[in-house]
Amino acid sequence: MRLKVKEQDSFSIIGSRRTVSIVEKTAQGIFTLCGFLAILAVASITIYMLINGTPALFHVGIKEILFGTVWKPASAEPSFGILYVILTSIVGTTLAVFLGVPIGLLTAVFLAETAPKRLAAVVKPAVELLAGIPSVIYGLLGLMVLNPLMYKLELAIFKNSQTHQFTGGANLLSAVLVLAIMILPTVINISEAALRAVQPQIKSASLALGASHIQTIFKVIIPAARSGIITAIVLGVGRAIGEAMAITLVSGSSVNVPLPFNSVRFLTTAIVSEMGYAAGTHRQVLFTIGLVLFLFIMVINISLTKILKKEDKGQ
Amino acid sequence: MKKKIVAMICAAVMTAGLVACGSGEDAAATGSGTAASEDGEAASGEETASENGEEAASGDSTKISGSISMAGSTSMEKLANAVAESFMEKYPDVTVTAEFTGSSAGIEAVIAGSVDIGNSSRALKEEEKSAGVAENIVAIDGIAVVLDPANTVADLTKDQLISIYKGEIRNWNELGGSDTPIVVVGREAGSGTRGAFEELLEIEDQCVYASELDSTGAVIAKVASTPGAIGYASLDAIDDTVIAASLEGVEATSENIKAGNYFLSRPFVMGTMGEISEQSDAVKALFEYLASDEGKEVIKKVGLITVD
Repeated sequence: MRLKVKEQDSFSIIGSRRTVSIVEKTAQGIFTLCGFLAILAVASITIYMLINGTPALFHVGIKEILFGTVWKPASAEPSFGILYVILTSIVGTTLAVFLGVPIGLLTAVFLAETAPKRLAAVVKPAVELLAGIPSVIYGLLGLMVLNPLMYKLELAIFKNSQTHQFTGGANLLSAVLVLAIMILPTVINISEAALRAVQPQIKSASLALGASHIQTIFKVIIPAARSGIITAIVLGVGRAIGEAMAITLVSGSSVNVPLPFNSVRFLTTAIVSEMGYAAGTHRQVLFTIGLVLFLFIMVINISLTKILKKEDKGQ
Repeated sequence: MKKKIVAMICAAVMTAGLVACGSGEDAAATGSGTAASEDGEAASGEETASENGEEAASGDSTKISGSISMAGSTSMEKLANAVAESFMEKYPDVTVTAEFTGSSAGIEAVIAGSVDIGNSSRALKEEEKSAGVAENIVAIDGIAVVLDPANTVADLTKDQLISIYKGEIRNWNELGGSDTPIVVVGREAGSGTRGAFEELLEIEDQCVYASELDSTGAVIAKVASTPGAIGYASLDAIDDTVIAASLEGVEATSENIKAGNYFLSRPFVMGTMGEISEQSDAVKALFEYLASDEGKEVIKKVGLITVD
């Protein structure tokens, strides 16, 4: 190693034409290979999901699966309706994003703009730590801390209800709260980077024109960092809709209409919770759920990116 | 330039060395691996010899050869596979194949003579017995109803249990307990425990669950942490964090289950056409194995109660 370091001193960037071209070509080859590896992975996953997910659609019927509301996969006359599961994923993710994104964005503003250096030095590592916590830990904490609290709330709200089924706190609201916390680090880190990347001249110009700091943040800096913030939101949505481990512990996992205090099942948890013992058509339908989830994420990614690009062009 | 080439060669040599080292280690590992496995074989040879001491002839386990076919209950899938696996390990010349077609189909297959053993997760019916099938109970599946530790209702009847799980009784005060809503916890569709529970209470597909969890541990944890919760789990999984309700006044213990007093239990029967003594050597060996300490370990491992 030492030899090599010394070597650097007399390193010539010219070298012989031949070695250069070999190095260049090999490097190019390796880069291409790596690029294709990613494409290969995406293509094989897509093909695999299509092959495994479509048979059940024809077996059971697209309408029966996508718009059916009864999920009884293991009974004598099985029924595979996943409408409530799909709705739960949509409602749950939307609520989590509505809750998590404003908090995340404002935290990013705090870190990038208003925080005193010392305080930022505490908050920043905390946020990074939050990103590193495994999702199962979020789930466990939700199960042990959030669920009992939620149950108290549930007991208070539905005290005299005759029809409400008590869930012990494992409901949509718990799952949404856990998801909102889980997307925070993604949203914070990426939007903070975007806010910091805004050219200082823009900020200075705004301040010089007499705008206050807060006015500058909301009228100048955030709009200027919009593309980065939208990326943060897209990634946050992706994380929320794809999360399984944490919410499988706190959501109750019964197939129900996604109301705040109902025990619900998400697309991800539907696969996780029943894959273990599922067989035959039941198993195929679980793959179909996987396919639906996959398409969801694709559509969200593509459409949000499109919207973002359009607005960029518009500017 | 020269220096650079020297450096590159050095680097190449180092990489080669690393690679060689790696493969060398690999080779060494495989070498020692084979050595170890040889040792292992020698050791296991000794083991079988000493174990078979009770069976007098030490060569027994290798002498028996043939095949055993099973068909029947899907609930017994775990047990059948575990037994088949460990049995074939001990008797390498015997092949055990198991199909899971349902209890009745399994017994029919045994009567028809197409399989050696018919698995049934219920007691045999009279007509099945009169057709000549011997009811060999190999294990008992017991399910405990668990309540959170603060619950004052310690005893439930079958009808009460059915009403709770169907969502007809929603508060513990209807059963003489405190004014606490009942939180109905269960397992996911496809789980063997859920299948057995709903089947024994005859409430298949009628249960209204507030929580469908995907493991026994999760059910216990949920029930332990939720006031007013009720759940079910294999008897062997119960711990101090929850209380196991007694049913119809009978406590959930393996003694009561063996005595047949506890209704949330079912026998796992491996039916044979005629008594075990009339079967092939391989089948006899299988039942001997199930009755041995080793076999009992396997039965306990899959969460069942052994028959003594």
